[in-house]
Amino acid sequence: MPAPEIVAAMETRFSATPFALGVEIPAAELLTALRALRDTHGYRYYVLGTGTEAAAAFEVTHAVRNLESNDTLFVKVSVPKDAAEVDSIAFVYAGAEWQEREIWDLIGVTFKAHPDLRRILMPDEYPGHPLRKSFAMDTPWGYRPATAAAVEAES
Amino acid sequence: MADPFLPVVGQPVPAAGGTSLEDIAEEVVRFPGGGIAMLRSDTLFHWAQKSSMWPLTFGLACCAIEMMATFAGRFDLDRFGMFLRPTPRQSDVMIIAGTVTIKMAPRIRTLYDQMPHPKWVISMGSCANSGDHYRNVYSVVPGVDHVIPVDIYVAGCPPTPEALMEGIFALQKKIMEGDRAGA
Repeated sequence: MPAPEIVAAMETRFSATPFALGVEIPAAELLTALRALRDTHGYRYYVLGTGTEAAAAFEVTHAVRNLESNDTLFVKVSVPKDAAEVDSIAFVYAGAEWQEREIWDLIGVTFKAHPDLRRILMPDEYPGHPLRKSFAMDTPWGYRPATAAAVEAES
Repeated sequence: MADPFLPVVGQPVPAAGGTSLEDIAEEVVRFPGGGIAMLRSDTLFHWAQKSSMWPLTFGLACCAIEMMATFAGRFDLDRFGMFLRPTPRQSDVMIIAGTVTIKMAPRIRTLYDQMPHPKWVISMGSCANSGDHYRNVYSVVPGVDHVIPVDIYVAGCPPTPEALMEGIFALQKKIMEGDRAGA
């Protein structure tokens, strides 16, 4: 559980919505909120960043930790599906750079002002973002035949 | 006095270094009284190739752990003349141990092409054989035989060291028969 006073501060200052592990904040406030967490509240350690696809929107979650109080706070932003774009926090937490590349690679959320937004897991020429619900599992690419049935037929 | 390295026809003859001439003893003809023996060059070369297989390590996933165990002290493939090379230029067997992803597939092809002839491939484990339960996943090649020709498939998830050794012996037998999947 994150420290209640930090959650309260996030609520009043950035109109955040608390959930079990942290707060969900408006996308416009993301950079300001994380800067405040890092510089004012001592959350200097970037734990992880991950992306998920919910029914209505993509969600990008960053986890930051205060190493003095051993407190971890999850900061979540919702990203609309038709304009999947959110601020990069790679200039606030350097450790977020590759995590954001992974989110972009697999989920397809673009990070504005990211220093080096390339694919990190999939090959450079891969079509689409494979962890999206809309991604067709039988997308042909490289050594993969077109459909599961074709795979069966070939072997 | 008979030369211990020149076997008499039809009799298994132990040779130095832990190897055995048993499999080719029947084909060796020794001329009585002289230091000359005769046999088909193919037989000799195949026997030499199967007795000094140098595998290129290619650990891609959890199968690599079993491969390492097979090469370590308990099972000790050194006694069959096998020891691992970290470069394709010095290898003649490639053991594909693990899941082949579409990103790794072109690299496997490159390494295979860099190996000098003659060369053989052992596909180790269900993932390398067919993709197994990752068969229809967006990033996995459904079997390494989509990428390179395979001589021996070792079943298992992962195969035990004994299973891999069984595959290695099957490959030795195949080499003696002069059979190769690759060129």
